[in-house]
Amino acid sequence: MQIYGSWGKLLSVDLSAGKTSEERIHPITYRMFVGGRGLATYILWRELGKKWGSVDPLGPENMLTILTGPLTGYYPGIKLVVSGKSPQSGGVVGSAISSHVAYSIKTAGYDGIIVRGASRDPVYIYVRDDLVEIRDASKLWGLKGLELTKSLRSELGRDAPSLYIGPAGENLVRTAAVMARWFHAAGYGGYGAVMGSKKLKAIVVEGSGPLPPVARRDEFLKLRYEVIDKVAARSTFRVWGTTSGLWRVGHDTSSEPIRNWVEEWHNREEFSHVAIEKKYWIKNPWADWGCPLACMKVSKAVVDGVTYYTDGPDYEMGAYLGSNLGLFEVDKVIALSALADDLGLCGIQTGNTMGFAVELYERGLITREDVGYELKWGDFYCLKRLMEDIAYRRGFGGVLAEGTYRAAVEVAKRRNLPSEEVLKYAVQVKGIGVGAHGIRSRKDYPQPIAYAASVQGGDHTSVAGLPADSEESEISSAFLDSAVVCSFTSVEEETVLKFLNAVTGWGVTKEELYRTIGLRILSLQRILLLLGGPDVRWDPRVHDDNPLRFYEPLPSGPYTNSVVSRDEVLNSIAEYYKQLGWDSYGIPTEETLRKLGLYDAVDVVKTLRRELGVS
Amino acid sequence: MWPSASRITIYEYYPGAPIPHYCIQCPDYPCVSACPTKALSVDQLTGAVLVDPSLCTLCLKCVEACPGKVPKTTRGKSHVLICDLCFGDPACVRECSRVGYNALKTVKKPSNTGIKHYAKPPELVAEEFGRKIYM
Repeated sequence: MQIYGSWGKLLSVDLSAGKTSEERIHPITYRMFVGGRGLATYILWRELGKKWGSVDPLGPENMLTILTGPLTGYYPGIKLVVSGKSPQSGGVVGSAISSHVAYSIKTAGYDGIIVRGASRDPVYIYVRDDLVEIRDASKLWGLKGLELTKSLRSELGRDAPSLYIGPAGENLVRTAAVMARWFHAAGYGGYGAVMGSKKLKAIVVEGSGPLPPVARRDEFLKLRYEVIDKVAARSTFRVWGTTSGLWRVGHDTSSEPIRNWVEEWHNREEFSHVAIEKKYWIKNPWADWGCPLACMKVSKAVVDGVTYYTDGPDYEMGAYLGSNLGLFEVDKVIALSALADDLGLCGIQTGNTMGFAVELYERGLITREDVGYELKWGDFYCLKRLMEDIAYRRGFGGVLAEGTYRAAVEVAKRRNLPSEEVLKYAVQVKGIGVGAHGIRSRKDYPQPIAYAASVQGGDHTSVAGLPADSEESEISSAFLDSAVVCSFTSVEEETVLKFLNAVTGWGVTKEELYRTIGLRILSLQRILLLLGGPDVRWDPRVHDDNPLRFYEPLPSGPYTNSVVSRDEVLNSIAEYYKQLGWDSYGIPTEETLRKLGLYDAVDVVKTLRRELGVS
Repeated sequence: MWPSASRITIYEYYPGAPIPHYCIQCPDYPCVSACPTKALSVDQLTGAVLVDPSLCTLCLKCVEACPGKVPKTTRGKSHVLICDLCFGDPACVRECSRVGYNALKTVKKPSNTGIKHYAKPPELVAEEFGRKIYM
């Protein structure tokens, strides 16, 4: 069977056995799951689904999947999706990252890399076309991002696209990211820790062949320019990147996390893209391979004689390592962002946990005795120290290295409190810290159910929304992450579908996308999320909900007193599940599963219902 | 599409300092004189170095002779790859202009020999960048 846009082949690496091989993926599997997040979910379901609850995300049984999609390399913007069983949610998170490894994998002749098992000693994987080696990384272990990039370059004698982890991943910090090109992170999911648990420091891929053939070349070329022209016209992104969000979201829509989300509004002009551009940007625009958008900007700041470089800070980093920590001095926010990059931490998840910790300190739920020093809003020195303590699991950093949810449970235990008493300050959903876009002002893009009903918890790049068969629905993100298309370079769905069909020759309709392909991916992700384990188990009646803070009225700004109500949220979730063909608990019905061809999920779901006591 | 067959390679030793690496057409064309099989010649109209795939033996004497180490090889191509300026209408310039970056443009070849200063291996250019911006 001829296949277009993909090779139908993955590179499989078993680190326990020290062996590599090729793995065929049937063209029909691509038609059913597309690639990227969808294919990862299928592979994880097929291989680990039966024992999902007992699989330790940080044990050798877990898999690390690095997958491209049929549009990788063709559609402007260059992303791949990192996945596996998430050490944060216990489900499957499709964690997208912009990386040159994406096109390298394809030009080396594969659609992705699957890593199984774990090595005893530090290693890195080197791929050059057919040559695949598991190499010693004992000299690279312990290195931070900047040093590692240099060492890899001198070891290889040239620049080569790579994914890697910093010390945070090595130390199994649950908020550790898989990194690329200094500042890029696959943060959601915590897959840096999965790489660390496999003693895998880096994956280097050099591909020298062409991309796989496309089905309809002329149509593809026409569409490619259509997309390039549209994306190149997005001047706000080109000129300001997402940094403009620090003003647009923080001031205009009033939905930016400030001091662990106590507030969502600020009017500090010094904390805006305009102020940042003048003082800190040394390269704008900055982009990855083939990207016509260039949302990135390289910034440089000197704090106490130390020079720091980072991207932006882009909106999420500025919000989570700035305002959420009460820090509005841009040079110091750049320093924290650069430090997170270098340590290999997800800035969103780690910033979420740090803000949570400062609030607990303020409330006396943790003290100087626990932490070893004082925690204060906006105090760069204690925040920097706290971030390093998390990355190296030093002292109380070891508790916070478990991420906001698990740290809350642990603090409650130490204080002899019911866990709800601490969890009420944890702004997370199902183990995943909520991205920097609030719902209370109702002026930003996420709907009130965006996180509560998401299969990726607090992930702001995969939000639920009504109606379920529109671009508001999480199916839309699942599709983009499977195809794999960057959400910033994606255009209207009709054109993206045409693009997919020109490359693959499939003929996928909007109806098929929402009623079959996307729903299939989302349903499997939902089942695996509810299976969870081994240390967390989500109950839809309890955990399909917002963090309690989102039910407190906004205390300041143009939308003071604006709030969402739990009744409204629960009603909308019920409607969303109904439209998806899931029951009131968000469990896909037997009829839905059969319609989607997920016959082997029928029994699993029966057991799940019984375990939840809802059969 | 075939990224590694592109006649331009972009290196980046420091964040935000991309180094485009390609043939600058030295006035004395050391690669052409170094080629033992006469596979390389100069396009009279554009000044670009042309490669005759049937004559190239991939001996890489041209790479040795090139002050910038520019000619490249890739799997699936049985000859070296050198920028031929797309016969006067370079695809890279078209693409760069289309997305509005306007970082590349076509210029008339300067008659002086100073142009040769631009033929440098990327690591040397990176070093200069590094000294100016990153130290």
